[in-house]
Amino acid sequence: MKARQGFFDFMKYVVLLIGSFVVFFPLYSVFVGAFKSRQEFYTNRLSLPSVWDFGNFAIAWEKGDLALGLGNTLFILVVSIVGNVLIGTMSAYALGRFDFKGRNFIIGAYLAAAVIPLITTQVVTYSVIKALGLYNTYGAPIVLYLGADVIQLIIYLQFIRNIPYELDESAMMEGASLFTIFRSIIFPLLGPATATVVILKFISIYNDYYVPYLYMPDRGLRTVATAIQSFVGPNAARMEVISAYILLIFIPTIAMFLFMQRFIFSGVTSGAVKS
Amino acid sequence: MNLSYKTQRIIVITAFLALPLVLLLLFTFYPSVMLVWYSFTDWDGFGFDMNFVGFKNYREIFSNPEYFRILRNNLFYFIGGLVQTALALFFAVILNSKLKGRNVFRVILFLPYILHQVAIAIMFQTVYHTSYGSLNKLLEMLGLGAWKQQWLGNPAINDWALAFVSLWMYMGYNMVIFIGALQSIPEDLYEAARIDGANAWQSFWRITLPGIKNVVELMLILTLSGALQAFTVPYIMTLGANDTSTFLMKTLDVAFKFNQFGLASALAVVLLMMVAAVVLIQRLMLKEGGTRA
Repeated sequence: MKARQGFFDFMKYVVLLIGSFVVFFPLYSVFVGAFKSRQEFYTNRLSLPSVWDFGNFAIAWEKGDLALGLGNTLFILVVSIVGNVLIGTMSAYALGRFDFKGRNFIIGAYLAAAVIPLITTQVVTYSVIKALGLYNTYGAPIVLYLGADVIQLIIYLQFIRNIPYELDESAMMEGASLFTIFRSIIFPLLGPATATVVILKFISIYNDYYVPYLYMPDRGLRTVATAIQSFVGPNAARMEVISAYILLIFIPTIAMFLFMQRFIFSGVTSGAVKS
Repeated sequence: MNLSYKTQRIIVITAFLALPLVLLLLFTFYPSVMLVWYSFTDWDGFGFDMNFVGFKNYREIFSNPEYFRILRNNLFYFIGGLVQTALALFFAVILNSKLKGRNVFRVILFLPYILHQVAIAIMFQTVYHTSYGSLNKLLEMLGLGAWKQQWLGNPAINDWALAFVSLWMYMGYNMVIFIGALQSIPEDLYEAARIDGANAWQSFWRITLPGIKNVVELMLILTLSGALQAFTVPYIMTLGANDTSTFLMKTLDVAFKFNQFGLASALAVVLLMMVAAVVLIQRLMLKEGGTRA
């Protein structure tokens, strides 16, 4: 019995190592490639670099407009995430704490919106953005990330149900205004949901390609996602520089992942339950 | 603050909901409704010059086999997605057992999901490259040089190669969701089964699978609707060359390259209907099961 268990465990490790190899192999090959000279890249594709040279990173950073791309992405990220958290908590408070006419209708509308695949409606959204004069401005991605993506509302609505209403009531006994209750009781207690929202939004906005691609073609408005595409085109031959570029782009989310692992796993699980 | 709670209530509800509702209407519902309207017109995407053309756009779509041939390319992503769901469940079951270092493996297998998708697509270009790609080099090193391929150039395999990239990206995500679902199955069920002499395989079929049935269904639906919307990976990696275009790529091309917004809207409506049908089937299936997802 014990020996059999040992064999099973051994097989599990074999399978897990194969899986890990498949995950790591592409990452390994760009990692070692990024440090190689041009000549070594094409002759010794898979070995460790003979000299660890950071030159490719310098070229990638400069020629790939990465400072610009990261700056733009960061700006859009911060404004959109702050907005998402405010809008999410405020609507969850209004919808989760008060019973009023039309409340169920509004909640139903949000749930329906979550089902519509937004990429299919871009053909029309494009003309809305143009009509609002937001085309080729930071405003375009920001309003789209704020308004079109409603997952944060659903996460907050689920969460606020578990905050006991007695807390609101006792604050009202002491004469606190509803806004004070929102600001100093509800908002802080929604903290764990906020952590989830921030992480899910960070990953999806940082990775998003089609919104900046469709709405901000201007060179000065490149985000990380659109900068890389234009960088790859004319320089397609220089795979070692491209490798360095890829690694630089991977760094922000990997860093976040390593520090916030626990929140990410719980965020992904709760994010899936909504659909 | 001297306002009565009744007044405050009205102010809070109005003030807190006004902006989100305007955004929701403007960027989700208005485009969806207009999409349907435009699909009956010959709008070119500029100005207000458009004519009502009835079902002309739809007739064009359903009489041109080209569009449905392209839909076949989405099928590769669906099959890839099925494999991905099966693998995710397999790894989730393994990592849910008591195993040293399981957290490390969970982190490793999940890692691709958080990486930048465009960068992943470009990374796989360097992996699949025919002469300098690391995959062909690896095959050479293993003495499997005969297996070398033009991964992105050969129309017989390039769709599989692209679908694999998508699998690589999302498998860990599905796995983590499965692990969450598996942890909600009470441990004593397994205990009882063991006492009754059930083996691991029997417990899997009789306890595990029924316990996570809803999540499995949810994953399959997400896989199908994701496959219908496949876009980023093939767009970045091949731009649709060598017959790798997907339905959504075609739709966006018709709109933004050929300025046939009316026709593109009709294509988008067809896509929307397909996704809606999938979601509807899911809802019905879940209702039948009688439990929540």
